[in-house]
Amino acid sequence: MATAHTTEAGSSRAVRRPGDVIFSGLSTGAAFLILAALAGVAIFLTIEGWPAVTASSGELGADNIVLHVWPLLFGTLLAAAIAMLIATPLAIGLALVISHYAPRRLAGPIGALIDLLAAVPSVVYGLWGIQYLAPKMLPVYQWLQDNLGFLPFFEGPATTGRTLLTASVVLAVMALPIITSISREVFAQTPVLHQEAALALGATRWEMIRLTVFPYGRSGVISAAMLGLGRALGETMAIAMVLSATGVISFNLISNQNPSTIAANIALKFPESTGVHVNVLIFSGLTLFVVTFLVNFAGRWIASRGQVKG
Amino acid sequence: MNRTSLRRTLVPAVAAVAAISLTACGAANEDSNDSDKGLSGTLNGGGASSQEAAQTAWRAGFQKDNGGATVNYDPVGSTGGREGFLDGGFAFAGTDSYLSDEEVAKAKETCGTDAIEVPAYVSPIAVIYNLEGVDSLKLSPQVIGDIFNAKITKWNDPKIAELNDGVDLPDADINAVHRSDGSGTTKNFTNYLTNVAPENWPHGAIEDWPIKNGEGANGTSGVVAAVKDNPNSIGYADASQATELGHVEVQVGEGFVAPSAEAAAKILEVSTRVEGRPATDMAIDLDYKTSDSSAYPVVLTSYLVACQQYPDAKTADLVKGYLTYVVGTAGQQAAADNAGSAPLSAALADEALKHIADISAK
Amino acid sequence: MTVLETPPTAQRDALPLVAPQLPRWAPALALVIAAAGAGILALLLSWGLTGTLLATVLLLALVLPLWSRFVEGGRRAKDRLATILVWSTFGVAMIPLTTLLWQVIDNGAGVLSGQFFSYSMRNVVGEGGGIYHAIVGTLIITLWATAISVPVGVLAAVYLVEYGENRLPARIVTFLVDVMTGIPSIVAGLFAYALFVIFFGPGVRMGFGGSVALAVLMIPIVVRSTEEMLKLVPNELREASYALGVPKWRTITKVVIPTSLGGIITGVTLAIARVAGETAPLLIIAGKTDSVNFNAFAERMQSLPVFIYYSFTQPGVPPQYGQERAWGAALVLIALVMVLNLIARIIGRIFAPSKR
Repeated sequence: MATAHTTEAGSSRAVRRPGDVIFSGLSTGAAFLILAALAGVAIFLTIEGWPAVTASSGELGADNIVLHVWPLLFGTLLAAAIAMLIATPLAIGLALVISHYAPRRLAGPIGALIDLLAAVPSVVYGLWGIQYLAPKMLPVYQWLQDNLGFLPFFEGPATTGRTLLTASVVLAVMALPIITSISREVFAQTPVLHQEAALALGATRWEMIRLTVFPYGRSGVISAAMLGLGRALGETMAIAMVLSATGVISFNLISNQNPSTIAANIALKFPESTGVHVNVLIFSGLTLFVVTFLVNFAGRWIASRGQVKG
Repeated sequence: MNRTSLRRTLVPAVAAVAAISLTACGAANEDSNDSDKGLSGTLNGGGASSQEAAQTAWRAGFQKDNGGATVNYDPVGSTGGREGFLDGGFAFAGTDSYLSDEEVAKAKETCGTDAIEVPAYVSPIAVIYNLEGVDSLKLSPQVIGDIFNAKITKWNDPKIAELNDGVDLPDADINAVHRSDGSGTTKNFTNYLTNVAPENWPHGAIEDWPIKNGEGANGTSGVVAAVKDNPNSIGYADASQATELGHVEVQVGEGFVAPSAEAAAKILEVSTRVEGRPATDMAIDLDYKTSDSSAYPVVLTSYLVACQQYPDAKTADLVKGYLTYVVGTAGQQAAADNAGSAPLSAALADEALKHIADISAK
Repeated sequence: MTVLETPPTAQRDALPLVAPQLPRWAPALALVIAAAGAGILALLLSWGLTGTLLATVLLLALVLPLWSRFVEGGRRAKDRLATILVWSTFGVAMIPLTTLLWQVIDNGAGVLSGQFFSYSMRNVVGEGGGIYHAIVGTLIITLWATAISVPVGVLAAVYLVEYGENRLPARIVTFLVDVMTGIPSIVAGLFAYALFVIFFGPGVRMGFGGSVALAVLMIPIVVRSTEEMLKLVPNELREASYALGVPKWRTITKVVIPTSLGGIITGVTLAIARVAGETAPLLIIAGKTDSVNFNAFAERMQSLPVFIYYSFTQPGVPPQYGQERAWGAALVLIALVMVLNLIARIIGRIFAPSKR
């Protein structure tokens, strides 16, 4: 940790006054209210989702709940993973531009530009994705199908722009500012002495970055990517608007039949669902919650481990 | 920064913001003088999103006459509307498929007496397509079933060519677009296919698209956009929402009929009621198999569901007033003008008005 | 290591002190060459602007490192390639931003007018109407969300920094707050809806419910940013206050929090900006309406994101008016969020601790 916490001197020596008791009680209460809210979310999802686990196969339309949720989870993970494949290298490059490449006076405005991407509401990303990006991507997909069609990812048929790949691109754009802003903080914290030492030894700028910045920032970048992944996993409206979701399990990224994602599926199916189908949707929400939880958990854990080392 | 000066600037700023928000006035088009005209209060309903365009027109018409009344309609979908109505969340509901027998029983529980179910919005569902250079396309229900069931995958399939003499059909894959969200339009469309071409469409009438073939799009606008953006696509949507796209002429009997309000109204005339329903229930059993070539059979019939009795007089009056307006000539004409629907025939409207007139407080 | 390479020349007397280097204008020249090459290709193969730009960058990434390879050697060539790649990521990232802003402004600017800001959608069919009710709704819902999440978030951060003392409970809270940042927004909406159904019965819709859902999303952001800011307050300030006999709670409220106020406000503003554009939870719990509603505790309340979503998916007949309004509202929403971000940045700069 960069800064010290309150010393014991403060709490142990000070006279306990009513104001103190009330204030510490309030702040402790607030902290535990957060725990209660989180527990409330988890309990609510579990209670409401449980009937889906015990539901008969006839009601589900699949043999069991795992088979029902799996295609959605598959789609969620695939879309988010591709988004990360696109966003992480871009974000590392961008973070380097801001921390090491851009002239100092430009770095601030560039960072602010990237942060603007984070300020765009997801429903606007949805509008953009469906009205601008998807039609623009269609020729690209047709080219991919014609030239790389032998790969399972690009089998096609490329008849629509609203594919999983388009959705992933939208997700990548949304995750980009998150990954960039954390990465650039980490890169900027690389000890100057390390960098100067590398340069003094005759390293080029790229070698300096490879030898000092990357090893120092590796855990930070990984945890940044994890947090970006968390954002990509939970994104709802943009995907619901952009993706042509049919619920297949397929690695084919450019056809008109794509796996759906959990969050988008909830948004699309919730209004027309009754009875056990609502439970099924909430159970899928629980699955998403757990996956996001694990991803964030991993991200923070890697980050904290990195901090101890640094 | 000096803290007192900070406080000195912050406090007035906060006060100013608070004052603005407190004195905020209504929108420029909401005249508060209207509020003593006619009925007042808030009426909440919801349901089929297909009715939304018509509901917008109805709300506007009703609220102009009743300045103090506010009607809200959540386009949450038919199932959501029925469920909201049955558990008391909505005072009235719009639904694209009439209540099931179970729901009729449940509605009786909720309302205390039989629920009222009246047709309110009848609109043709167009089978829309985007084919360069093809201005007119004729399809039989069997072929439509095969296309959406992914049995016919090429536009120049002999089965399509056979029906379209002289039309230059491209050698391209068919991109069949369906609704990815649960939808009453899907239910009405698949209901039609199930009745007319059960062998080509074996999946039944269902709100959620049952198979994994074809492209999924969110909402009517999504389907329209998908068909418009992607050449060689075909889809189905409320005809009034897809005026720029080509509409398939569907085979009825010996002829081919394009979707139109008149042809859609015609199908209601030749259809009969669902049997075994309460007297206040006007559920219609559409005669999809009609061979009358002046009728367009692929229609969306959307109903309004309400109770006969409401616990408080205010809600009862509002529901009664609103539904009377909707089913009446003015309301049906407003929907026809603004949503392209087919006005109810005089006979149907009169019967509906009779049921609505019975709405009262407990 | 490549450093150990022997010098290529044996002529000791002519050994230069500096390795051969490309002139300063080399990258510019390479760029001109690449652009010219791409331009010729574009003319021959009739590419569009995108293809030409792409070819330019690819050619540049080929020409400059190759040139450098022969003059300066492999290591410098690699460095130049890396520089091109790193800068091109910036170019790539600007594509979505510029196209998105251009799309929204192009489609949305036309509909903006006095009427658009002062009218609601009440009794509007087809053309006309405005987003006054949605702006009011967004402001009220977000205001209430802020009113819930700021006290809770700031107090929780105070607990973590001032009282938790890095013991197990505090570590658990820190950790779970991090986890909470990952709650999908639709899950927060479902949770708020289920919570309100318990108290108000099924079918409940109210603006305040939306505020609760947004607060669930906002709190972790407020806690995180406040926590970081409180940690930055030098311990000497606290100790000085204790030494004067000031009780701890007064030390926190009068010394610690005011010192970090700028940072806290920045964090809160960013959190507001983050949730003001949320759609999914409001869709479920706040509902939609055509009329202005100032009361967050009764009846439906329209908000900008929901307005955009419904105007786009249910545009009415003919669809173009609804879609125009959707774009117009999107433009207003983006402007609102960006202004909030800007305010946060300005506050952050004014109160930056380095000024002390």
